[in-house]
Amino acid sequence: MTDLTTLGIAAIRDGVRAGEFSAVEVAEAFVAKVAAAKPLNAFLVETPDHALAAARAADAARAAGEAPKALAGVPIGMKDLFCTKGVATTAGSHILEGFTPTYESTVSRNLWDAGAGMLGKLNMDQFAMGSSNETSAFGNVISPWRRAGGNESLAPGGSSGGSSSAVAARLCPGATGTDTGGSIRQPAAFTGISGIKPTYGRCSRWGVIAFASSLDQAGPMAVDVRDCAIMLEAMAGFDPKDATSLKLDVPAWEAGLSADLTGKRVGIPKEYRVDGMPAEIEALWQQGIAWLKDAGATIVDVSLPHTKYALPAYYIIAPAEASSNLARYDGVRYGLRDLPQGAGLQDMYAATRADGFGAEVKRRIMIGAYVLSAGFYDAYYTQAQKVRTLIARDFERAWESCDVLLTPTAPSAAFALGEKSADPIAMYLNDVFTVPSSLAGLPAMSVPGGLDSAGLPLGLQVIGKPLDEQGVLNAALAIEQRAGFTALPEAWW
Amino acid sequence: MSVDTTIVKKIASLARIAITDEEAARLAPELGNILGWIEQLGEVDTTGVEPMTAVIPNSLRLRDDVVDADPLTGGGKRDELMANAPEAEHGFFTVPKVIE
Repeated sequence: MTDLTTLGIAAIRDGVRAGEFSAVEVAEAFVAKVAAAKPLNAFLVETPDHALAAARAADAARAAGEAPKALAGVPIGMKDLFCTKGVATTAGSHILEGFTPTYESTVSRNLWDAGAGMLGKLNMDQFAMGSSNETSAFGNVISPWRRAGGNESLAPGGSSGGSSSAVAARLCPGATGTDTGGSIRQPAAFTGISGIKPTYGRCSRWGVIAFASSLDQAGPMAVDVRDCAIMLEAMAGFDPKDATSLKLDVPAWEAGLSADLTGKRVGIPKEYRVDGMPAEIEALWQQGIAWLKDAGATIVDVSLPHTKYALPAYYIIAPAEASSNLARYDGVRYGLRDLPQGAGLQDMYAATRADGFGAEVKRRIMIGAYVLSAGFYDAYYTQAQKVRTLIARDFERAWESCDVLLTPTAPSAAFALGEKSADPIAMYLNDVFTVPSSLAGLPAMSVPGGLDSAGLPLGLQVIGKPLDEQGVLNAALAIEQRAGFTALPEAWW
Repeated sequence: MSVDTTIVKKIASLARIAITDEEAARLAPELGNILGWIEQLGEVDTTGVEPMTAVIPNSLRLRDDVVDADPLTGGGKRDELMANAPEAEHGFFTVPKVIE
């Protein structure tokens, strides 16, 4: 029998439905693979019982002749930012160590209702703040990929680095991610998998531990475009418990997949050609353009003039929202409490937060507190929100002449752990191509395009109009079919 | 933007994060660099531009004025709410004495 862990979501779903293998066989295969992959440090908690229970339910439903659920028999990984009832949830932070939610996030609830099972909770950058998975309080996640001929540990990207590492190593066929400024797309690009951030408001944020609420969006990370479409259909949907949830039906994205781009116009934003970008990434971008032309699309040059201001605007807006959201970690209601001998309430707050938050989280909370403080609010925060309007307007103007945009996902391939961690700004620059679409709330996806000369994956990004996930998925599918990306990391763990 | 340790300590106090003198000394140039970098936003002409408030047009909904309209966000959940409290007594969160 084939190794079931080589299969993606669609193949598992279809195989279970056809009776080629049982859901329990699938779950057992992945559970064993997760248990044998500790060196990657991708999982914070393993939940084999959850995966096996869902698998038994799927097999029983099939035996009883019930109509199959959308994800029946598919085990997945859950980023540790999603609250899961009865299963420890930490957001990668010491301050939430020991926190066991008494409720289920809407997105995870939707996935379980669709028949999926959980293999475990995935490691991540602390509170989703990071681009390399080096800010987790529970150790770095290691990418399964290595440079050809080298054995240096590489970053799996961040913040959804446990998710990207696990899917790339085929410890699970799909995983949830969240994306605030690129945290689904950049790790997907670094590890040779696909990932889509839908339009802001498609996926409920209820039960997702908040980082920057006006930007946070959940999305799937999986082996290919079809699998992302299947998983996103299950995750998305209106939720009255989230005030920013969009009251719209979930389109049948999988059924709508088509790699025929005849009549579609693909915009190439000239501002995404940044200084110091490796020639291989420029070459892949040109290759992507050729692939989309081959799929029938017309290529148009567009300009997004405020692109260079997206990162600094993001690093005001996201920390400002984070400093407000993370005020809740006070040592009173949940999580860590550090009460020095004889300390009063204010000292307890300060000691708890000093002990519980990691360095990057503190840095961002403090930046946020500063830009929101009296006398600085207008110069920093209001100005950033105005620039955000201009960035969104750039995209609106671009949509007058094109239907989707094609760009590289990240300005480099995966870097080594430790390579950028000493310089926060160098790390922030990794999100230069993903942040603008986050600020504009647009759907955007990374799809593998090829390998660089060191044998590491490179991704291409497709950005779409609001609510046009279908257009994004279809352009990504056209790239996927032409790229023929089948490379897998060689197992060393 | 020049950030000195006095400013760092002030921000840390606003954010309720205890820091040592050594940490403040280390953070001052770090925060200064980041703030210096984001100050380039000042060069953008935003005259007449409205600050972004909602990225995707949406209107706030009102739920039905019914107690526990959604049981997941309704009342009667004291024990669940307190289940993760570091310290709780008699159905209350406890904190160190705040009145001498």
